Amino acid sequence: MPPDGIDRRAFVQIAGAAVGGMIVAPACGAPAGRWRVLTDAEAAVVEAIAEQIVPADQDPGAREASVVNYIDQQLAGVFAAHQETYRRGIAGVQQTSNFMFGGNFETLEWSQQTDVLRALELGQPRGAVWETEAAQSFFALVRNHTMQGFYGSPRHGGNRRLVSFRMIGLDYPRVVGENR
Amino acid sequence: MALRRVNAVVVGAGAGGGVVAKELSEAGLSVVLLERGRWQTYADIDNDELRSQRTPVLGNGYGPDDRRYRRVVRDGAGRWHTVVPSDWRYNNNAACVGGGTLSYGAMGWRFMPEDFRMRSTYGDVPGSTLDDWPISYDDLEPCYQLAEWEIGVSGDDGQNPFSPPRRKPQPMPAFPYSREGRLLYRAARGIGLHPFPIPMLRNSVGYGGRPACIHNRTCVGFACPVNAKNGTHNTVIPEALATGNCELRVKAVVSEVSLDDRGRATGVTYFDERGRRHIQTADLVVVAASATETARLLLNSRSRLFPHGAGNNHDWVGRNLQGHAYCGAFGLFDDVIYDDLGPGACVAVCDYNHHNHGIIGGGLLANEFIRMPYLFADRRPPGAPGWGREHKDFQRRYFRRHAVVMGPIQEMPVFESRVEVDPVVRDYWGIPVARISGHGHPQDRRGTDFLSARAEEWLRAAGAHTTWKTGEGGGAVASGGQHQAGTCRMGNDPRTSVVNKYGQVHEIDNLFVADASLHVTNGGFNPALTIMALGYWVSDYIKREWRGTGFR
Repeated sequence: MPPDGIDRRAFVQIAGAAVGGMIVAPACGAPAGRWRVLTDAEAAVVEAIAEQIVPADQDPGAREASVVNYIDQQLAGVFAAHQETYRRGIAGVQQTSNFMFGGNFETLEWSQQTDVLRALELGQPRGAVWETEAAQSFFALVRNHTMQGFYGSPRHGGNRRLVSFRMIGLDYPRVVGENR
Repeated sequence: MALRRVNAVVVGAGAGGGVVAKELSEAGLSVVLLERGRWQTYADIDNDELRSQRTPVLGNGYGPDDRRYRRVVRDGAGRWHTVVPSDWRYNNNAACVGGGTLSYGAMGWRFMPEDFRMRSTYGDVPGSTLDDWPISYDDLEPCYQLAEWEIGVSGDDGQNPFSPPRRKPQPMPAFPYSREGRLLYRAARGIGLHPFPIPMLRNSVGYGGRPACIHNRTCVGFACPVNAKNGTHNTVIPEALATGNCELRVKAVVSEVSLDDRGRATGVTYFDERGRRHIQTADLVVVAASATETARLLLNSRSRLFPHGAGNNHDWVGRNLQGHAYCGAFGLFDDVIYDDLGPGACVAVCDYNHHNHGIIGGGLLANEFIRMPYLFADRRPPGAPGWGREHKDFQRRYFRRHAVVMGPIQEMPVFESRVEVDPVVRDYWGIPVARISGHGHPQDRRGTDFLSARAEEWLRAAGAHTTWKTGEGGGAVASGGQHQAGTCRMGNDPRTSVVNKYGQVHEIDNLFVADASLHVTNGGFNPALTIMALGYWVSDYIKREWRGTGFR
């Protein structure tokens, strides 16, 4: 018996039933840009949100840490169940941005972007998408993913050049057992 | 292909099962040790915080996986949820050789004599099944000693005036304090407490052929890169295998204990790595799969004499699920107190474990294990921003200028807090999953309010300019987590317990339990050393009563 063949099919059935189709596949056509799941336009929004969550100051922020790369990489794998959440949430952020300030999120002034995210965080943003999507949980999701991408291990596509570890002052050994 | 019948099959290669496998195989019994996980090493996740057992946002590095495992849990509003292992509501314990002991924080505590006599010490507690253990601290003392010497503990109980009596010191000297530890030690002395080094199942000097600790930052939640953290995976299990009498089978998921019509266990059914079903027959069966999974396995093992699950004719299997109400306080300091000396936790007091005014029981207090950067990003005083410039500034300023003092409050066991098997949801192998429901007890909240206030006092005495409490017991959902216990209570009365004082299931002579399921109460301490000691205790009875083909 092939060790993996039957197992895998059986799993797909179970996983589909149990968590509502957690199957790794690019939704609605493969993205045309440089990302695995996100389109270039979506990635620009995610990057701008992440930069608001961890802004650059005297130390690099989420953009320089390539947090969007972390998020995109996980959306193609462990976080595949969140692909549609991101797609709808990003559309909602654009609706809210246009309603509040007459432009797409990534084009707004810094303080305007902050206001849009505060509206999400408080759970009262304007936009048709938010009639069916929970704004607060979407914001909390992106916030958590941004913290992971910025402060987590660089092996998952974020924390590029160990920017957060350098900021805190932690060495990050490449050799097992050389942590001191 | 029929598997060769053996004397004993042990389910679960964790803190309890590893000890039992070694003791029985050394005594000459043929043993099969079944473990659902696999052998794992530091290299599997090395220092990747996002897959550590503490913050498994990308999945549990040391198992179980989110792909094949499910549980059902009830929330405070009475709704049921199907959850995966990396979800905190799952109440996970690691699934690998060594169980939790490969990646744990490795505190090596003995319970105190009062912890075995809670009802005698504190009386009847309404709404709780609080009771005495059928064994005393003195009964278990020789087993604690075996666990300390065979698995390896560093410590100096002589510095703890509340430590229970012992015949022999801990085998390795205590660890030195970190900078934070020295600060907290002096502060504790200053307010009349009795601080001492935390006993650790970790090598302060070379021991058991393995080196001394290198003070890794990423210790709790991770395996050790130099094998200086002592679990069953690097001590008793290799010794069991070395006897030639023990065979370890990994990736083996046990679905039920087989029972015959005379009410005896005949072996277990399990699925191997490829999903093939096997029946391993044995003269006796020892279940050591953790409080949740042990209860689930017994409940899934039905027969004519036990239509509601093995040993469950009085509806006590799965009852009294408890963990610890973890609580304490954070403190912020002006000066850098962090010196990167892992694992962080190093100084404790036992002043608050018992005989606190208005509190039943209590718990130890100790400084906490190092919080890695992602975990720390969620540790903020009430009202502090959760994102933006201020959040980042806090992270940069306070990672090296904060301390956490915490402790496990002994919970009041609650009959309604329980593990059942779900009537609908099944796992990858088609086995009905565990479902968890219940609630905390009001006493637990009193305990955590008390202990958190003591933690704040300690931090302020150490110079913290800002402190805040964390953790409240007595919540609306059942407790459990890595310290899960109590679901197969030991006792003398078969109507109010599952096993006798030797872990032998009432009415099934050749079926034993050897993990924290046995705990009548869970102490105000991390339970690993007690689970190991119970492994020796149960094994000792089996070795004494074993008659070659069965029990008298």
